[in-house]
Amino acid sequence: MSATLLSTVLVFSQVCLAVALLLAVGRVVYGPRAQDRVLGLDSAYVCAMLLLVVAGMYHGTVYQFEAALVIGTLGFVATTAMGKFLMRGEVIE
Amino acid sequence: MTLFPHPLVSAVIAALWLVLTEVSAGQLLLAALVSMLAGLAYRRLTPDPIRVRRPLQAVRLFLVVGGDIIRSNIAVARLIVTQGRNQARRSGFVHIPLELTNRHALAILAMIVTATPGTAWIEYDPREGRLLLHVFDLLESDDWVDIIKSRYESLLLEIFQ
Amino acid sequence: MNHLDQIHPAIAVVIAAFVLIGTVLTLLGTVGLLRLGSFYERLHAPTLGVSWGTAGILIGSVLMYSTLGSRPVIHELFLGIMMMVTAPVTLMVLGRAALHRDRAEGRPPAGSDAPGHPLKRGTER
Repeated sequence: MSATLLSTVLVFSQVCLAVALLLAVGRVVYGPRAQDRVLGLDSAYVCAMLLLVVAGMYHGTVYQFEAALVIGTLGFVATTAMGKFLMRGEVIE
Repeated sequence: MTLFPHPLVSAVIAALWLVLTEVSAGQLLLAALVSMLAGLAYRRLTPDPIRVRRPLQAVRLFLVVGGDIIRSNIAVARLIVTQGRNQARRSGFVHIPLELTNRHALAILAMIVTATPGTAWIEYDPREGRLLLHVFDLLESDDWVDIIKSRYESLLLEIFQ
Repeated sequence: MNHLDQIHPAIAVVIAAFVLIGTVLTLLGTVGLLRLGSFYERLHAPTLGVSWGTAGILIGSVLMYSTLGSRPVIHELFLGIMMMVTAPVTLMVLGRAALHRDRAEGRPPAGSDAPGHPLKRGTER
């Protein structure tokens, strides 16, 4: 019983997170300005990280956690670097 | 010059290193090395040491913030769902004069404000001690200066200053 | 899914509830990211996914792996603390960058009332 419930919820959760990832990528595509794209990318990173955690729960493996950690760290560094660039670089559209 | 200028930071990093890898003699050595380097690097970054005066108040602050985050999560999620039908919401900027000057306390306040959905820390002016906040749902009934000052700043002042 | 079968039904319901809450909040956050009108409003949307979206899923994961007893739950704790610490930093940097760019172009953040003082208290849209 718990297997059916949990696998249903975890699959549903993965679908939802994938949709969330697509929506965040949609914001990256639409813009309209550079900071919107960076914000979208940041949320896409968070969604990808959560998607990996849920996939790890579904399959019962622990290796996805390492990947999730890497994605989380990368997302932080990438977004902060891009934000700093938007602030300091001469990038006015 | 000491090898471990920030013992707490070093200890946390060493513990994390051991937990994320495995507990063995080699890893212990590596953990000690990494935590020492991290502590030294941290001292270059922050000249003033962290001093928590009232640990109990820190626990209270944690509970207050946890409750606020849950509540504002629900509020913002509802606003996102009902947007379009309900156009009464307006968002805008609020200036908040802060008495807080301790850098660590300011960093924690920034984390609190940003982690709570509905408020975003935009800019802090250290000379005038003025914080620019963006509020998602700017209700006339809410006095944001009072909310920030009485809920968080007073506790942070007690803890750090 | 044999590892899922080893979980007690009552705990399974709790895990499912936490994961559902986290997922729905994250999804709503990105929906808001797409629907809201101005950048400063959009800045609030991802905090949903970062705060309780992440927390819900991680709590579910902690419950699941601690009942299965296959490994310590430090990874989730570390991931959660890392998200709590790093996400505000990125959002603050982005907010300041957006403000800086709006100022450099001399245009007030969308719709505030006084153009000379773009940061007076004003409304969006």
